[in-house]
Amino acid sequence: MQVEAQVTLDSGSKPLLTQARTQFSASPALVSGTTTSETGMWVVVAAISMSFAAFTSSMIVRQGSSADWLHFQLPRVLYVNTLILLASSVTLELTRRRVIAIPATLRHSSVDASTLLSNGIYWLYVTGALGVIFILGQFLAWRNLAGQGLYLATNPSSSFFYVFTALHGVHLLGGIGGLAYVLRKLTGSKTDSAMYVRSFGAFSIYWHFMDILWVYLLLLLAMRM
Amino acid sequence: MQETSPHAVHQHAPPTSFIRKHVFSLDHKVIGKQYYGLALVAVFVGMILSWLMRIHLAWPTWPIPGLDKLSAVGAPAGVMTPEYYLSLMTMHGTIMVFFVLTNAPFAAFGNYFLPIQIGAEDMAFPRFNMMSFWTTFTAFLVMVAAFFVSDGPPISGWTAYAPLSAIGKDAGPGLAMGQNLWAISIAIFCIGSLLGALNFIATTLDLRTKGMSLSRMPYSTWAWFVTAVISLLAFAVLLPACILLILDRTAGTSFFIASGLVLSDHLQPHSGGSTLLWQHLFWFFGHPEVYIAILPSIGIVATILPVFARKPLLGPRATIGCMIAIGFLSYMVWGHHMFVSGMNPFSANLFSVPTLFITIPATILTLLLSATVYGAKMRFHTPALFCLGFISVFISGGVSGFFLAQPSLDVYLHATYFVVAHFHFVMAVASIFGVFAATYFWFPKMFGRMMNDTLGKWHFWLTFIGVYCIFMPMHYLGLAGNVRRYSAFVDDYLIPLIPVHKFITIAALATGAAQFIFLFNLIWSRFKGPIASDNPWEATSLEWSTTSPPPFDNFGGRHMVVYQGPNEFGVEGSANDYVMQTSPEKIVTR
Repeated sequence: MQVEAQVTLDSGSKPLLTQARTQFSASPALVSGTTTSETGMWVVVAAISMSFAAFTSSMIVRQGSSADWLHFQLPRVLYVNTLILLASSVTLELTRRRVIAIPATLRHSSVDASTLLSNGIYWLYVTGALGVIFILGQFLAWRNLAGQGLYLATNPSSSFFYVFTALHGVHLLGGIGGLAYVLRKLTGSKTDSAMYVRSFGAFSIYWHFMDILWVYLLLLLAMRM
Repeated sequence: MQETSPHAVHQHAPPTSFIRKHVFSLDHKVIGKQYYGLALVAVFVGMILSWLMRIHLAWPTWPIPGLDKLSAVGAPAGVMTPEYYLSLMTMHGTIMVFFVLTNAPFAAFGNYFLPIQIGAEDMAFPRFNMMSFWTTFTAFLVMVAAFFVSDGPPISGWTAYAPLSAIGKDAGPGLAMGQNLWAISIAIFCIGSLLGALNFIATTLDLRTKGMSLSRMPYSTWAWFVTAVISLLAFAVLLPACILLILDRTAGTSFFIASGLVLSDHLQPHSGGSTLLWQHLFWFFGHPEVYIAILPSIGIVATILPVFARKPLLGPRATIGCMIAIGFLSYMVWGHHMFVSGMNPFSANLFSVPTLFITIPATILTLLLSATVYGAKMRFHTPALFCLGFISVFISGGVSGFFLAQPSLDVYLHATYFVVAHFHFVMAVASIFGVFAATYFWFPKMFGRMMNDTLGKWHFWLTFIGVYCIFMPMHYLGLAGNVRRYSAFVDDYLIPLIPVHKFITIAALATGAAQFIFLFNLIWSRFKGPIASDNPWEATSLEWSTTSPPPFDNFGGRHMVVYQGPNEFGVEGSANDYVMQTSPEKIVTR
């Protein structure tokens, strides 16, 4: 190993520094345009997916390990809940698109930023409300099941039903907490252009993922129950 | 080489209050030290538990002074009951695997050095980072609380096999509140580990400084990154397993408990559960956990060894590739823990093949490390000795793995001391040697003072000889059919083996005592050790480009620019024989 030339750089040697910099690839985060919180959220999505994969395989193994699996009719309210949750994703997209467009709109029009924001986040309140209605709907499904005499420990099939719906509900409650956090950030005093663009990134990944996860769980439950 | 940024991007201001600075700190360096402190307490608790077990195995009738104070029922007059022996064994395994082998090489050193080695000012999510430590700390308190409940710690081992672990007090001592605390503690630990893994992954992907491409990351950072990915996917499976276990125990479900079980004259009110399901879920986590323990130490040794060999690590890309391959394969081999569980022998063969495959990257790694040392003018400081010791014990433990990977041999050797020897060498001792190497190597950076090298060498040699005296004879015990988890040896075929157990016990007591040299060196050097320079070992990675210890934002407002890989040792024509990662020197030939 040999050194061709001993190069010393100080803050004044710009050409060499620039030349050196061009050899480096920029940070992956800068290239892809994602924020660190979005990267983190994808990691969270991976972990939650893995957990539900573990629950799924547990259910399949448990169903096959004994002949005691009880099939039952899923409460119909689950399908209504599914539509409500899917609608919440649509309203979230409506608000996200309006809010991230605020900086661009401000450059071309004289509209007040707060007016644009209040028009935009209107749909965010709707999203939150739909999320809460979904949770209440899941409670109705539990009551329906309890009405049929199916409780957590009644049968492995009902056990898994309660485990899946409860854990998804807990995760969605976390999403509602995240929604409150985004609202506070957007309506806070330090809101700026970057905030408009970035505030939804990680949160909307999570919320849409909760939708996809629920649709997956519903299909799984519909097939197995 | 660095550039000065007009706007520092540290996500939080330096704390001023004691609580914010030292207790609920957001600084990754403080959190790293907190993890280290927790692991240090845990390792001495775990070691004392192993002493108690070893004394009982060698001299089963001897009363151990004070043990009756810990549990009057478990150790009447200081002599432990067979059940209490199992309780101590469970706690030894659990504390060592989770709170030492997972915490020390990964969470402690990873937290402290991963951000610095990639030129970041902190972890990506400092608040989650703080939460991850305090969650883990809470898990430790909950686990240790099992000693102080009326029925004592659980007797189901660190693997908590169902149905033993899933049924309450009818199944035996420690399986009521003690087992509840165990399951809750591990569930909490999973959450802490997931938060930690999240931070490690996001930080490595997004916060690397200019020029720090993936191929320029030090091997330790690579190892922590790969370990974080393994950790994320493994603990995400153990957490559901714990939730199902807790439900079986408290809510009357039947995930793991079969029909018709009668225990303590009571028909258990469960039906149809699968005991094998717990084993599958547990080992799907459990085998990757082995690599969560060992991979960081492999990365640490690959980082430290070239510094003292003054040669670049041989096969840098192969080293990284092998670490990734081990991480990938670690998810395909969990069934090799279950060869005697009654699963289909055909499945056993399917698990045996990838298990043997995994020896390929592991062997390549040890060969590359060994070949790096070949012909080197070694600087035999303590970190170098522990690196060489790591290679030795990793090979010793790995070789017995070849035997155990084959179902036909494992049927005989399973649940004997042969297995105890195997996993202690390859997982526990190797990992701890990596932690020792890291401690002696990075202590000057963490505390600004050097550790005493003479005491370090005494510590190394006593420990190195000691662990061989403890674990080598266990292979012989295993081959002789000595089953593990027995608290006394009364059968005819076991009685001739008791002198071997006595030898092992004496070796364990002596090796454990040698660890107090390390503890003394650690505490003494912290306050009285000679002041360390910024780069006392003449190493190349970024942590050696800042002060010892580093300032709050790691580089004093400088944004580091990286021009080299971490492997530039033995460079001819350079002012020194090495080139720092921040040096813009152009190296043209090797």
